[in-house]
Amino acid sequence: MFVSPQTEPVISLRNLRVSYGEREILHGISFDVLPGETLVILGGSGSGKSTLLRTLVGLEKPSAGEILIKGQDLAKASAAELDEIRRKIGMSFQGGALFGSMTVGENVALPLREHTRLEESTIEVILRLKLEQVGLEGFEYYSPSQLSGGMKKRAAVARALAMDPEILFFDEPSAGLDPIIAAGIDELILQLKRAFRMTIIVVTHELASAFLIADRMLLIDKGNLVALGTPEEMRSSTQPRVRQFLDRVAEPEISGEMDYLQMLTAERPNAQKPAGKRG
Amino acid sequence: MELVSQIADNTFNCLGYLGSLVSLGGRAAYYTLVSPFQGKPLRLKRAISQAMDVGVRALPILSLITFFIGLILALQAAYELRRFGAMSAVSTAVAISMSRELGPLVTAIVVIGRSGSAFAAEIATMKVSEEIDALETMAISPIRFLVAPKFLAMMVMLPCLTTWANAMGILGGALFGVTQADFTFTRYIRASIDSLLVHDITTGLVKSVMFGITIAAVGCLEGLSTGAGAEQVGRSTTRAVVMSIFLVVIVDLFFTALFFFAGKQ
Repeated sequence: MFVSPQTEPVISLRNLRVSYGEREILHGISFDVLPGETLVILGGSGSGKSTLLRTLVGLEKPSAGEILIKGQDLAKASAAELDEIRRKIGMSFQGGALFGSMTVGENVALPLREHTRLEESTIEVILRLKLEQVGLEGFEYYSPSQLSGGMKKRAAVARALAMDPEILFFDEPSAGLDPIIAAGIDELILQLKRAFRMTIIVVTHELASAFLIADRMLLIDKGNLVALGTPEEMRSSTQPRVRQFLDRVAEPEISGEMDYLQMLTAERPNAQKPAGKRG
Repeated sequence: MELVSQIADNTFNCLGYLGSLVSLGGRAAYYTLVSPFQGKPLRLKRAISQAMDVGVRALPILSLITFFIGLILALQAAYELRRFGAMSAVSTAVAISMSRELGPLVTAIVVIGRSGSAFAAEIATMKVSEEIDALETMAISPIRFLVAPKFLAMMVMLPCLTTWANAMGILGGALFGVTQADFTFTRYIRASIDSLLVHDITTGLVKSVMFGITIAAVGCLEGLSTGAGAEQVGRSTTRAVVMSIFLVVIVDLFFTALFFFAGKQ
């Protein structure tokens, strides 16, 4: 069968399982990401969506399954191969993760200085270009602590863009921002999508922003892939979990006297620390 | 049975910890000594600024402490020596115990308090705010970027600081020698220098290099293995200080014993 190279998936997950110690967080997830699309990963707190993202960029090792990024298996890659793959991706972290000891400009220029042999003057030009793309022109000499939350996220995006990645990852781009600033970040993601046809993967629980930017979205619940589809398909989905998430229905309260009694008197399970839990 | 399994557990934990220290040290050594020749330059500027922090900025407090320690040593030695009317041996006692033992040890402890803790806190904070993750996703090795400059700074600065500490200790002893033991300043210094063998000084310096490696390894490892949250940063810092002091003493014991038995032949 002939598969045209354009439609070959950029990222391909096959039965991905991830565990922290004994606790399995993701129970076998499979999906493809097509080039140039924006995929939004939805899920509640503790659903495993952050773990999924961390695994996609190689920060967590899967316990089973494959992650093919442009045909290379991330799970089996050597350190050098992993670095090779990572040069093709950019990641914008939830809190920005800018280096506090460097200026904004140095932060953005860091991957260029580390991985390329470009002239300092060229790096300067690229740096200004990237900052201009995210709307931070003129801020290169500021230190990250002098920036507001939204500006930090923009600077982080500029740093993620520095190496002209083919795939861009966002962890909770609008978390902790007021609606206006958050809308600005959404607008920035849309702009990047239009201008560079980049493959963008966004993890979020903000429905409004998800529906605005997504080409396709998927819902993760308790470590399982519940639904995958276009925003329209999601909106019209009748699956109970999807409906609950989209209609913002709270978890049903414990009903029945016996259940309630059981909850109060149940023996405490061996208190286990939720290792490596992230918000 | 419980006790045996607990002891076994603890032993394994200890060995595991030592293993991680050695592995971290090995990787830092690789990035300091080998990879610069493979086209991945060391962050020399960063190493120099770390060396400034670890070394030069520690000078005032270290000078003060070791000066007083030299003075204390002289007082303690004189307490015993004056019974034998051997006050002139004070300079020897101070010079040898300073350069063989107390110079390196006190320097190490001051550096642990100032810089070992700072290494752990800095790296732990970066870990908590996902900066270490950010480095990794940018294909920049945190070991090369963060840890190697700290190792280099520690390895170079500790022997330098120790030499300085030895000198200050001898000066402290001289204060006692000149005021209480009929030395003139030049005679005290001359007597100190004469009593020292090259061997005494190298013993101290070899120790101090090992201390430097230990402090850097523990500080960085504690930082890198921190959990999530601000509370963990504090805990890592505390652990870094306690573990460093403990391990420095163990390393000290090991090398002192080694030099003792090697010197016998």
